[in-house]
Amino acid sequence: MEITPDHLVLFRWGFVQFNATILYTWVVMILLVAGAWVATRKRKRTANAPRSTWEGAMEGIVALLRGQIREISGREGGDEYLPFVGTLFLFIALSNVLDVVPGWHAPTGSLSTTAALAICVAVGVPFFGIRKAGLKGYLHHYLNPTFFMLPFHLMSEISRTVALAVRLFGNIMSGAMIVALLLAIAPLFLPVLMQVLGLLIGLIQAYIFAVLAMVYIAAAVRREEESPREQQP
Amino acid sequence: MESSTWIGVISVSASAICMAIGSIGPALGEARALQQALSAIAQQPDEAGTISRTLFIGLAMIESIAIYCLVVAIVLIFANPFWNHVIAKTAG
Repeated sequence: MEITPDHLVLFRWGFVQFNATILYTWVVMILLVAGAWVATRKRKRTANAPRSTWEGAMEGIVALLRGQIREISGREGGDEYLPFVGTLFLFIALSNVLDVVPGWHAPTGSLSTTAALAICVAVGVPFFGIRKAGLKGYLHHYLNPTFFMLPFHLMSEISRTVALAVRLFGNIMSGAMIVALLLAIAPLFLPVLMQVLGLLIGLIQAYIFAVLAMVYIAAAVRREEESPREQQP
Repeated sequence: MESSTWIGVISVSASAICMAIGSIGPALGEARALQQALSAIAQQPDEAGTISRTLFIGLAMIESIAIYCLVVAIVLIFANPFWNHVIAKTAG
């Protein structure tokens, strides 16, 4: 039994393998871009112009994401994180929800995809932190409160990145695997229920991935804001 | 018994033990988190949104420990590297 779509090689060209993960990742990306293009294609540049249904739906999603990000970052200016965190959420959510399509292998059910997403978060957190406080200010928190905490800070960054990747991979992969096992044991009714549960779990995991990424970013940024204040008195 | 049998026996029992022991801790932790969140909501129903959002994130982080065990168990059963090694050795 295949546990990841990585092993599903569609064709091989020299040493380059084109597997199912790449294919479905591109399908998700094309769907996202096409959906956004269709929604904003006939967009009027004036504020009061009537909106199409698609555009209204997209605006609803973006407003929802923006509200969540503002709640977590704790102040008004959360829009700089919206493209990064929102893209993470939309990509994971769409690839999990498309599990209802027969024959679909969710790209998030492969450890390569989730590791790539987690590495994006691991790179994004210092990026936003450095942009807020400068290189010196960001690196300073590794030495807080003493120099001896440096290995623990590094360890926590590595372990939370691995946890992000394995959490998403484990949830999606185990959902698909449970359905496959149930199809062999009790094929009539139970797999449908587990698919429904899998849709719920997929959306919750997408939400959690985005929220955790936002929490890590907010922690890095807020730390830079608070650390000078502590040093002044 | 030959080594391939031993690998099979030990892999299957190890995955069962991994799941059995590994789910105890997260179950206790989730129960405790849920209990605290419910009593907090009962005391302050206005904060239910914030509490349940934090609860979901916390539950997912606790749950991920059990998911690690599940991943190890599934790898041991379906994609066991030692088993594949033995199979490749006998085939080749």
